[in-house]
Amino acid sequence: MKISFTINGQDQTVEVADPYTPLLWVVRDILDLKGTKFGCGKAACGACTLHVNGEAVRSCSYAVKFAEGAQVTTIEGLGTKENPHPVQQAWKDQVVPQCGYCQPGFMMATAALLEKIPNPTDEDIDQNIINVCRCGTYYRMRKAIHQAAELANNSTKE
Amino acid sequence: MKARLFTLFLFCAGVLFAMHWNRPKSTMEVVEEPPVVERENFDKMMSVLTHRRCVNCHPNDGVPKQGEDSHPHNFGINGKQDSHGFAATNCASCHQAENNTYSGVPGAPEWSLAPSSMKWEGLSPIEIAESMMDPKRNGGRTPDEVMHHLTEHELVLWAWEPGVDAQGNPRETPPLSKEEYIRVVKAWFEQGAVIPAAE
Ligand code: FES
Ligand code: FES
Repeated sequence: MKISFTINGQDQTVEVADPYTPLLWVVRDILDLKGTKFGCGKAACGACTLHVNGEAVRSCSYAVKFAEGAQVTTIEGLGTKENPHPVQQAWKDQVVPQCGYCQPGFMMATAALLEKIPNPTDEDIDQNIINVCRCGTYYRMRKAIHQAAELANNSTKE
Repeated sequence: MKARLFTLFLFCAGVLFAMHWNRPKSTMEVVEEPPVVERENFDKMMSVLTHRRCVNCHPNDGVPKQGEDSHPHNFGINGKQDSHGFAATNCASCHQAENNTYSGVPGAPEWSLAPSSMKWEGLSPIEIAESMMDPKRNGGRTPDEVMHHLTEHELVLWAWEPGVDAQGNPRETPPLSKEEYIRVVKAWFEQGAVIPAAE
């Protein structure tokens, strides 16, 4: 079965034998974009979070057939080294990662949150950022999320 | 003389007994106690609507329930403000339009909690029926619309194709077959959707 979608701004068509293949498998193994991580495979940890049409989804639990015609964004498409997304900039400034494995998922979830709630409160963060970090970097992440909101708001004001 | 009187007494007693036995039921009694067949349809329908495949998503506290033990949804998800969850993390973050056999995440079109006016958790079958038929609580639906919702909506009928859980175990289906459920729901509505009086 052929499935076509846009990923990080590029048109792609992939061929899969099983239309229920997780989008995560397609992104990592067929398209070779290794930034999106596998953690649990059960939609429980959020390591595999990417955006489909601007919404955060858990790609381990997202059958690739549902991506037909969609705009997919992974951590590789969020920003660049030269022009990082406010979330990526804040993550660097706050030196958030420890082992780093969970971080792309958290950054994608945060970027989606800031699109919906530009100035999230701690409660908004608790409700919407429910990924799991085995290294326990939650405290730095919270600071980085608030900073990212500030950076994003300042850049829209300019 | 005594024997005659006794025969007369026996005759009168027999007539009175026969009259009582064949006595027609009063209108009052029919209203209070619906005909057996109607009550049977009601009870069968409610055996499905009180099953956890339905009630897990009709909570009384805004928190969706999951599993055969109806535990609160993992990750602190709730639908208190919006029956689809939070702004950026909501039902569609994990639930798609079909079950996902690989992850065990259930899915169906329009996956969401029932709106908060449709709380069923903790209610008796009669209270659920009253809520379901009350336009103030059922989303302004007419009885006909309720009947179509109950028998045709894909999210309702998902209960018979609930897929597997995160461990790969099949989820329990309601106690009636889908066909039998649809038949009794339609029959109950055709017979006037009579809700039995509370016991
Ligand atoms: S790998 Fe997808 S949520 Fe854990
Ligand atoms: S930084 Fe190691 S799991 Fe989060």
